[in-house]
Amino acid sequence: MGAVAQGALRARPAAGPSGLRRAEARAGWAFIAPWAVGCLVFTAVPMVTSLYLSFTEYDVLRPPRPVGLENYRDMLVDPRLRLALWNSFFYTALYVPLSVALALGLALLLERVTRAAGFFRTAFYVPSLTPTVAVGALFLWVLNPSVGILNRALALFGVDGPGWTTDPAWIKPGLVVMSLWSLGGTIVILYAALKNVPRDLYEAARIEGASGWAEFRHVTLPMISGAVFFVLIVNTIAALQVFDEVYTMYFGQMDSGAGSSAALFYVVYLFRQAFEFLNMGYASAMAWLLFVVILVITLVQLRVSRRWVYYEGR
Amino acid sequence: VALAEASVPRRQVATYAVERPERRVGRMASRLFFLVLLAGVTVVFLAPLAWLVSASLKTRSQVFNGEWVPDPVMWSNYVDVWRAAPVLSWLQNSLVVGLLGAVAVTLSSAAVAFGFAYFRFRGRDVLFGLVLATMMLPGAVTMIPVYLIWNELGLVNTLVPLWAGNLFGSVFYVFLLRQFYLGLPRDLFDAARIDGANYLQMWWRVALPLTRTALIVVFVFEFKALWTDLLKPLIYLYDTALFTMPRGIKTLIDRFGQGGEMQWELVLAATTVLTVPLIALFFFAQRYFIEGIATTGTKG
Repeated sequence: MGAVAQGALRARPAAGPSGLRRAEARAGWAFIAPWAVGCLVFTAVPMVTSLYLSFTEYDVLRPPRPVGLENYRDMLVDPRLRLALWNSFFYTALYVPLSVALALGLALLLERVTRAAGFFRTAFYVPSLTPTVAVGALFLWVLNPSVGILNRALALFGVDGPGWTTDPAWIKPGLVVMSLWSLGGTIVILYAALKNVPRDLYEAARIEGASGWAEFRHVTLPMISGAVFFVLIVNTIAALQVFDEVYTMYFGQMDSGAGSSAALFYVVYLFRQAFEFLNMGYASAMAWLLFVVILVITLVQLRVSRRWVYYEGR
Repeated sequence: VALAEASVPRRQVATYAVERPERRVGRMASRLFFLVLLAGVTVVFLAPLAWLVSASLKTRSQVFNGEWVPDPVMWSNYVDVWRAAPVLSWLQNSLVVGLLGAVAVTLSSAAVAFGFAYFRFRGRDVLFGLVLATMMLPGAVTMIPVYLIWNELGLVNTLVPLWAGNLFGSVFYVFLLRQFYLGLPRDLFDAARIDGANYLQMWWRVALPLTRTALIVVFVFEFKALWTDLLKPLIYLYDTALFTMPRGIKTLIDRFGQGGEMQWELVLAATTVLTVPLIALFFFAQRYFIEGIATTGTKG
């Protein structure tokens, strides 16, 4: 739709005197001016500044002192940084596939019940409206090993639940459980994509005698692969930058012992370096590493996607 | 293709005629199975929220007693948290930031999107490419220098840095709204021109009303984002009276929970007060939430 309209815009002959065209150009610039100013002041200049600061030592109180590559060298040997990277990767690697698989499963279920789907979709979406700080406060207790409703529910099935908030080995899986609770957005996207699959494709597959699995594998999955790819990318980028819930649960005025290591996510560590320890130079270098990591992961995903994402009409 | 289409009706008729009774029973059974499964998942999804509300109404000693229905029901917790902390100011601050920021981002993003969609000028497509490129940039990169700017302006420890950046549009919403504007026929604007409308009127009187749905989507999304945010209030606000609701609750958790005085019923009451407005907003604007998210997935 967009492409057609754009084509129409271009196809219109550049009629009228050139004064009119100049007026149009001027008006166009006036309309995009807020973005242009904002991009300069809040993106371009800060990017340059951040890059500069990453080569300095800076605590806001005294002017920045250039230190060359020291911050980057420090990052190589900082065990907390390595821990933060590992924590974020571990969480992302666990959360992203689980979230997409679970959301897809639930979206497929929604598709089966047609008339009641609206009600259930709402029910699944409501948790994702819970503010992140509320999610943190709430799940500190939902996940509590002795009184939390998760382990109480597991006990009903005779399972002795782990120490989701106390055992370093289970803190990250606990945070994944928490994030899966706010899965609603992903479900809504995948469900919308499923509903967009043309019905006649299913009929054609049935006539060919395709089994349920074959139909899913060769009709449904290719047709929704664009949306699956979208949520994969978006969820990955979001997971690498998780902050609010984790900070609410395990950091702040008092650090809870196990959490302050097992839940030290990358952006949490960056925030602490910048605004709690006032190592603005080091934090800037950390920000650039995050940028590069996200860029590389996204480019790899884009590259790999060419093999499995199917775009209609391409 | 023609052959396949032609054969559809006949085959369907045939199978229906032979298998109808068992098939119907089978289909109903599987439908029932799916409904039960979905109901089970629904219970799992809603249980934490039910626990939150229930625990916020319990006495201090009963908060973690594992009962679903509080007995006695302590409505006074909500009054007590009001007394223990400036919750009313926090709510007010959150509301101010949420409304100002959401209105600002909706109008500015709409203006910018219209600029990119309607007008033809040299460099437009390159600039729009820049819009898309900056979407990739993680907030962490600009976080520190932007803080330094607000610090230079003397606006740290005010609410301004939480919403004023929204006056300059947000690239994601610009992208979304541009898609909607591109769907509007150009003749509409030409007609308005002939009626003597200037560019500003074309945007305000023609483009904005026609994309009302998209504008509401942007508004509710941004309001939700601002209402929820903890990072910026942590960076910019020091005075307790200036806190937004999430920032305030974080303080309550540090003060009353986590090895503090263990007054969790108060923390959970405040948490409920933070959560309910968004869920209420959702039920008023459900269509816009769902449509907005579904669109980002299919158009993005």
